[in-house]
Amino acid sequence: MSHTFTHNLVALKTIVRREIMRIVRIWSQTLIPPAITASLYFIIFGTVIGSHLHNVHGYPYMTYLVPGLVMMQIITNSYGNITSSFFGAKFQRFVEEMLVSPTPSWVILSGYIIGAMVRGLTLGVIVLLISTAFTSLHVEHPLITLTTAMLTSMVFALAGFVNAVFAKKFDDIAIVPSFVLTPLTYLGGVFYSIDQLGEPWHTISLANPILYMVNAFRYGMLGVSDIHIGVAYAVMAFFAVTLGGFGLFLLHRGIGMRS
Amino acid sequence: MTQAPALEITDLRKTYSNGTEALKGVSLTVQPGDFFALLGPNGAGKSTLIGILSSLVNASGGTAKIFGVSIHEQRSQAMHLIGLVPQEINFNQFEKPFDICVNAAGFYGIPRAEAMRRAEKYLKELRLWDKAQHPARSLSGGMKRRLMIARAMMNEPKLLILDEPTAGVDIEIRRSMWQFVTGINKAGTTVILTTHYLEEAEQLCRNIAIIDHGSIVENTGMKQLLSKLDVETFVLDTSELPAALSDVDGIELRRVDDHTLEAEMARGHDLNSLFAMLSDKGIMVTSMRNKANRLEELFVRLVENGSKQENAA
Repeated sequence: MSHTFTHNLVALKTIVRREIMRIVRIWSQTLIPPAITASLYFIIFGTVIGSHLHNVHGYPYMTYLVPGLVMMQIITNSYGNITSSFFGAKFQRFVEEMLVSPTPSWVILSGYIIGAMVRGLTLGVIVLLISTAFTSLHVEHPLITLTTAMLTSMVFALAGFVNAVFAKKFDDIAIVPSFVLTPLTYLGGVFYSIDQLGEPWHTISLANPILYMVNAFRYGMLGVSDIHIGVAYAVMAFFAVTLGGFGLFLLHRGIGMRS
Repeated sequence: MTQAPALEITDLRKTYSNGTEALKGVSLTVQPGDFFALLGPNGAGKSTLIGILSSLVNASGGTAKIFGVSIHEQRSQAMHLIGLVPQEINFNQFEKPFDICVNAAGFYGIPRAEAMRRAEKYLKELRLWDKAQHPARSLSGGMKRRLMIARAMMNEPKLLILDEPTAGVDIEIRRSMWQFVTGINKAGTTVILTTHYLEEAEQLCRNIAIIDHGSIVENTGMKQLLSKLDVETFVLDTSELPAALSDVDGIELRRVDDHTLEAEMARGHDLNSLFAMLSDKGIMVTSMRNKANRLEELFVRLVENGSKQENAA
């Protein structure tokens, strides 16, 4: 192993460990509230309202709802973790600890992305475990389920990173989740199949990238989807590459961090 | 083989996006092992210069090399050689000092076991070991400053840059900090210091550069600089002074109050005539001291000259 590789690996492990320690340190903010929210969705939408609904794509509504709620938590927590953590590092200026060190930009970005993915995917697992109290768990295609969860988490961690880089005050990291992420998630097939929508809403929904991710994950778990799985992977890959490249560019140029 | 300078800056320039020209072609050399003072009034360009060296500020032009390694072309290697103690507190206030130090070492690729050993060593040397597991936000101002020094030492840098590290720190802690920094300088670490306490620079540093309005206005040895000071003012505490006192040959006297006298004279002037005159008048001198820090006098003159030239231009 080269000297540089070893150094970068130590730096990466340091950032990831620090991110995980942060998630654990403030567990009452990072892990518990999303689990409570997901439980409420299962009770209200799954049990109370869902019991009056027809099957969707051959599955009871509660079972159909599980992949959507898992993805919802993966998306919001991956995004929220990195925005609060990286913006906090900027706000308290300890991001400078990394900027003055030999750690390359890609290692810093990877460390924060992995940290955000750990939280997003942990919440995904927690929601899956909670769902077993309401319905039986189906995983038709484990590999698709896992890769979709990971890719989605990565995409939204990257998007959150870009948000944190440009944010100048705490309000700036709340605007996107409130006015963009939440509406897109609710309208991204978490609670329904777009086959149930008439035109033009069906076509309009196809412009929502979250729809592709939720449906790919639902395909992985239940084997049903409104979207062709290949198209869903292409959309996720496109966003992962574009946002990853943009995030690296921002970090390398020090935009929002260096004068 | 001659060792490369610890720091070699050539024609370094920085113009901010708002048009402010913070550095106007600064050139500077610091030799290995030096304890170097970089002084200047607020807004002179000190922090911009340090920011460029530590890669927090992008230079608009010029070059900078740390022990012969370019900070622009070989950034990673150059950053391994530097330790930075910034002016502002910039660690995670929610973390513990021990973790802050260990993490900082991690960013330099130092394995965790070695990082933990170094963290213990430097926190102990800077008298912070008993606070190592407390949240950093609970530390006092002086402790936070010392923590930043301990953190900067984690990669055991060849060049340590201290940007006003003693601002707002009481005298005792300041002394213990300087004891530590002097020790590592003697052990071979080159130190660059900016401070507002000019007596510190005079006591600690061997060489000095004064920067003003983005340009170096003086760059020389501390002794050579101080030898340029041609006038000294002494303050004498005396028994009761008469209402009027005439000047003694070559010494200008100012009566401050009934028991205090100021005497301004050329550097090296004979003081015997002053004491003889006071003795003749039955005035007893109980104590005597330099009115101002010598470096401070020079600093003020150089900066005032710089401002006059700037205004004239």
